[in-house]
Amino acid sequence: MGDHSAHPMSDSPTPPGLRLYPGAVTALPLALVVGMFGVSFGVLSVSSGGIGAVQAVVMSASTFAGSAQFAAAAIAATGGQPITAIAAALLLNARYLPIGISVARFLPGGSLRRPVLAQLVVDESWALASKGGGEFDGHRLVGAGIVLWLAWVAGTVVGVIGGEALGDPARLGLDAAFPALFLGLLVPQLRSRPAVAAALLGAAITVALTPLTPPGVPIIAASAAALIALARR
Amino acid sequence: MTDAWLIVIGVGIGTVAIKASGPVLLGGRALPPRIGSVVALLAPALLAALVVSASVGSGSQLVADARLVGVGAAAVALALRAPILVVVLVAAVAAAVARFVGIA
Repeated sequence: MGDHSAHPMSDSPTPPGLRLYPGAVTALPLALVVGMFGVSFGVLSVSSGGIGAVQAVVMSASTFAGSAQFAAAAIAATGGQPITAIAAALLLNARYLPIGISVARFLPGGSLRRPVLAQLVVDESWALASKGGGEFDGHRLVGAGIVLWLAWVAGTVVGVIGGEALGDPARLGLDAAFPALFLGLLVPQLRSRPAVAAALLGAAITVALTPLTPPGVPIIAASAAALIALARR
Repeated sequence: MTDAWLIVIGVGIGTVAIKASGPVLLGGRALPPRIGSVVALLAPALLAALVVSASVGSGSQLVADARLVGVGAAAVALALRAPILVVVLVAAVAAAVARFVGIA
């Protein structure tokens, strides 16, 4: 790869594979959790109204963004239009814009390779690579990202195979797993007053619009709650 | 089937573009602070909306059923600082039990 990049800053004596190793190792415990989530995504995808087995695996491999995938699957399952499912998922993934910007200059390689490696950025690999003070270890991020991606895809495969055998997901309470997961992802986000206000407003918008609009639309409308960031301060 | 593939492809292409645009467009620079602060609030706003819609939404109706019991149990588990996987399992078991005994 390195031959056409005229970057003066490369060359440490360690071979690239070895530099990914520490990130890969520290990601292993998290990979277990991510793999279990992959299983639940797979199970929910093959349950009634889900997106389907092959679709779920292709989505996990190509999208690699848990909460957005669950959101798209949840909206599809409640009968939402594809465009609303896509919009809601992409709004959830909008955070990868600032996250991608924060790590861009620390990723290994030149301007061709960095956008590819940026696909391995998820909340967990980003957090593992953080050195504090806005500094990141790019190799650690890539090593962790590869391990987490493998766990996510493998978990999805296990889920779609096992899920077809499980039968009615409502009987097992799996329909309550969606909101519980979203609640679990929401709570760590509520660290500031504007975040709490945005969450409450987003919930209120959803309650108000659900009887009035097609499924999925209230969730997209709830994104407007983020605009309170402009009103305050 | 076709709708599902549309979602898979749309979300896939969009996400790849979002993740790539940081390194491609802005190099090492930061987002303007006002835009950054709005983007930072997107996740809490949307996740709260998803909690509501997945726990009481049913098509264009608001309904209280066993899912609400599951989410309540999940909230208790979260307050007790349970790991997220435990939280999800607790919700599923609570909803399954509520449905089985017929309270919801």
